[in-house]
Amino acid sequence: MARRLAPEVNAGSMADIAFLLLIFFLVSTTIETDYGISRKLPPPENQEDKTFIKEKNLFQIEINQANRLFVEKKPIDLKELRAAAIAFLDNGGGDKEDSCSYCRGLKEATSSDNPTKAVISLINSRETSYATYVAVQNELVAAYTELRNREAIRLYNVSFIQMKEYVKDVNYSGDKLLLREQIHKILSMYPDQLSEAALNEEQSLNI
Amino acid sequence: MSKFRKKQNSELPAISTASLPDIVFMLLFFFMVATVMREDTLKIENNLPIADQTEKLDKKNLVMNIYAGKPSSRYAKNVGTQAKVQLNDKFADVKDIKSFILAERDAHREGEIPFLITALKVDGDTNMGLVGDIKKELREVQALKINYTTRQGNATDNRK
Repeated sequence: MARRLAPEVNAGSMADIAFLLLIFFLVSTTIETDYGISRKLPPPENQEDKTFIKEKNLFQIEINQANRLFVEKKPIDLKELRAAAIAFLDNGGGDKEDSCSYCRGLKEATSSDNPTKAVISLINSRETSYATYVAVQNELVAAYTELRNREAIRLYNVSFIQMKEYVKDVNYSGDKLLLREQIHKILSMYPDQLSEAALNEEQSLNI
Repeated sequence: MSKFRKKQNSELPAISTASLPDIVFMLLFFFMVATVMREDTLKIENNLPIADQTEKLDKKNLVMNIYAGKPSSRYAKNVGTQAKVQLNDKFADVKDIKSFILAERDAHREGEIPFLITALKVDGDTNMGLVGDIKKELREVQALKINYTTRQGNATDNRK
């Protein structure tokens, strides 16, 4: 009587089934990239064309059709662009109301007055490759981030990148409102000012 | 003595494969959880450029994807090798971007509309002319928040 147990189910094929599913998911998996450089486009009205920008407050970057880089008409290597952009933004050569108390640049008269006045102009040809354009954008973002990090560490003892991560972090223990205010303060010290006006001019000629 | 001899003669015991399904299931669950199904079937080459100053796009449902690049080899016969825009699953014209954005906005709640981000997934070899045209269309339809989707890495590797 005790011998009559239910026969054991053969589980040997379970591995096969699991393998089948595993292979399906392996094949269908795509590691989706959702990282990127976030940018804000200027609104459609061409108001910026009317505003007057002093020559010395303008940092002209040009990428030609052969993907060569020119800063203020002089050829430059991509690796040097970040340092050049930082030197320009952080110059702080202005006086009186244009003076910049936190800048640590060379204070040259020929470069920008104040980071809030400094505008980076990026001009590219229609034949420029997108990869080069993104590389240049990347270096410009890096330049801003480096300056913002420096100021954030000086003022609040935490890097700007870290502050931005804290804002997104649900488990952050500190005061988020204060944090947002601090981020805003840093952003107003080094605001993003990128103009791609020439591209639009060129486009309007094409149409 | 007899005991000793018995051991010598016996064959190696078969390795139990009973835990094999467990291991496979473990892998299976990992891939099931980690898998993100691609929403659009790519008809273009999409070799994204590399950058390191990137931000993560958190809310996937608020991202609108615009792809651009050279058509893949199997479509090249029909549509040529010029870089093209792809919206959803179809090749599209630059002019179609406006209606695409408006349709995407319609699909979202009104409160979500200001947070919509357009992700430009553009092949690195594409000319900036096409990208500039896309950006111009986006500006006209007030879709100003954009994201140049990239791979993670050193930006100077782009020029190879």
